[in-house]
Amino acid sequence: MEEIEQEELWELRLYVAGKTARSVTALTNLKRYCEEHLKGKYVIEVIDLLVHPQLAEGDQILAIPTLVKKVPEPIRKIIGDLSNEEKVLVGLNIRPAAKFE
Amino acid sequence: MKVLQKTPTGIRGLDEITAGGLPMGRPTLICGAAGSGKTLFSMEFLVHGAKKYNEPGVFVAFEEKSEELAINVASLGYDLNQLQEDKLIKLDHVHIVRSEIEETGEYNLDGLFIRLGYAIDSLGAKRVVLDTIESLFSGLTNQAILRAELRRLFEWLKEKKVTAIITGERGAETLTRQGLEEYVSDCVILLDHRVENKISTRILRIVKYRGSVHGTNEYPFLIDEEGISVLPVTSLRLDHQVSSLRVSSGIPALDKMLGGEGFFKGGSILVSGTAGTGKTSIAGSFINEACKNGKRCIYFAFEESPQQIVRNMHSINVNLQEHLDNGLLQFSASRPTLNGLEMHLLSITKMVDKFKPDIIVLDPITNLITVGTASEVKSLLTRLIDYLQAAQITVMFTALAYNDNKTEQTDEGISSLVDAWLLVRDIELNGERNRGLYVMKSRGMKHSNQVREFVISDEGLKLVEVFLGPEGVLTGSARETQLLLEKTSVALRDHAVTRKDREIERKRLVLESKISSLKEEFESLQDELNKSYIEDDLKKNIMEDNRRQMTQKRDE
Repeated sequence: MEEIEQEELWELRLYVAGKTARSVTALTNLKRYCEEHLKGKYVIEVIDLLVHPQLAEGDQILAIPTLVKKVPEPIRKIIGDLSNEEKVLVGLNIRPAAKFE
Repeated sequence: MKVLQKTPTGIRGLDEITAGGLPMGRPTLICGAAGSGKTLFSMEFLVHGAKKYNEPGVFVAFEEKSEELAINVASLGYDLNQLQEDKLIKLDHVHIVRSEIEETGEYNLDGLFIRLGYAIDSLGAKRVVLDTIESLFSGLTNQAILRAELRRLFEWLKEKKVTAIITGERGAETLTRQGLEEYVSDCVILLDHRVENKISTRILRIVKYRGSVHGTNEYPFLIDEEGISVLPVTSLRLDHQVSSLRVSSGIPALDKMLGGEGFFKGGSILVSGTAGTGKTSIAGSFINEACKNGKRCIYFAFEESPQQIVRNMHSINVNLQEHLDNGLLQFSASRPTLNGLEMHLLSITKMVDKFKPDIIVLDPITNLITVGTASEVKSLLTRLIDYLQAAQITVMFTALAYNDNKTEQTDEGISSLVDAWLLVRDIELNGERNRGLYVMKSRGMKHSNQVREFVISDEGLKLVEVFLGPEGVLTGSARETQLLLEKTSVALRDHAVTRKDREIERKRLVLESKISSLKEEFESLQDELNKSYIEDDLKKNIMEDNRRQMTQKRDE
């Protein structure tokens, strides 16, 4: 059980630029999905590019907000306010796209 | 009054066309098909900015990786890594992988703005390149957001007061695929790459430049090991400086035909003639004379190799090797088909700029027609002459006339452009060909209207006065024969005259001797006569004496 938990840890980074309504929405949405589907198996790091602009280059951030999932592989980026739950879940590999009809 | 300020690109020729460079603090769109030189163009803008104008720059590459870019421009001698270390240039590769990205809901491109803003601020950049921003359209699907964000980006760049270049791929109907020209409306430059007759030419045109005058023509440009050079050589005005200094042609008799001193410095000279009439030899001795006087020359050969020319010139006592050795003479030999015409012009002007010659020779220009039409060649030569005149460089063109009927025709139509035109012509007579040289025109100086026979000998080139006999112009051996005939007749006449003189002398002597003998005869006759007189007198005297004595005796 522990091993699986180790493997299945979702490292999520949410890039925002200041506390805009959109970034707040994105973070709220993200937290909600994670609590529902990944309870206890996730870490969310919020990076404010207005504070750390040098970090934008590393993860190739263009759009704001961007959610980056580095682990588990593959790397995925989900841009937007994360309002479409299905897309976010597919993007995070929580729910495989194949399962959808 | 505030005039639009400009940022020099440092690209050879472009700043002349744009009268100073790109609009300062505004974005400029550079569009063109794949491989038209957009990336290189914008990279040069940055590198020159960093190196020449002390303006750091940010290059945002959407297509190529930073390392690839560095390698690509290394061939032009730009060390991007060094420039990056010196904090003069920053390369930022924006990499969008479609498959990694999921879009959900509203977003904006603040991430890009922040990245760019950070890069600009960390360098104090004045120049920004976005190459090719259209890649965003393939990475992100929400067109509405993208377009709105691009508009915001360009406004933001203006606020940042950076001079930006945005490149865009050319679309089918529009200048760019995504219609970027809608957003960037200050300055649009179009790059094109054409292939005609299997020879490629790169073309640059300024489609629009708000708030500034600019050249509207299509300007050819060249990418070589020194980067981009644009050719603004079509000078719109004719206000070159002129010189009244003269340049000797290297053939004393020809100088004499040209008002005694030769060509004007900074003038253009056309030597035309049929094959084998010695055009190259004229050019060779022109160069030789100039080099002897310490002038610098470039010989552009389109037909023969330098070694060949040096060897051949040696046979007429023109030693070009010597000038090559002391660095006064430079050869540039290339087949005309090596480049398009524009490339030729560009490489000529580049060499001229570098070597700074006093005299150049193009031998022969006729071969250029193999890579362009007559009108293109003419336009090329017009621009070349303009350029050289502005630089006060004397130029000699040789041109091959294909047959005798065409000799009088203006070669490549440039005879009206040149200042002096020498025509070398075959004169066929008595089963031999000889060369006649005419000065067809020579602007601004008194010149001979005579035909001279042009003789190529071991000692060099000579002009001989042709013989005008009752049968017309005589040249070559006919001239020699005529000269011999004249000599003979002179000798004969001389001979005859002396014989007559001797005859007269003889006659005089005979007469004189006759006169003296007659005189003597007369004297002897006189003597005779005198003698008889005396005898008679004596007789008479004696007889009278006798008679007197007789009378006396009778009287006794």
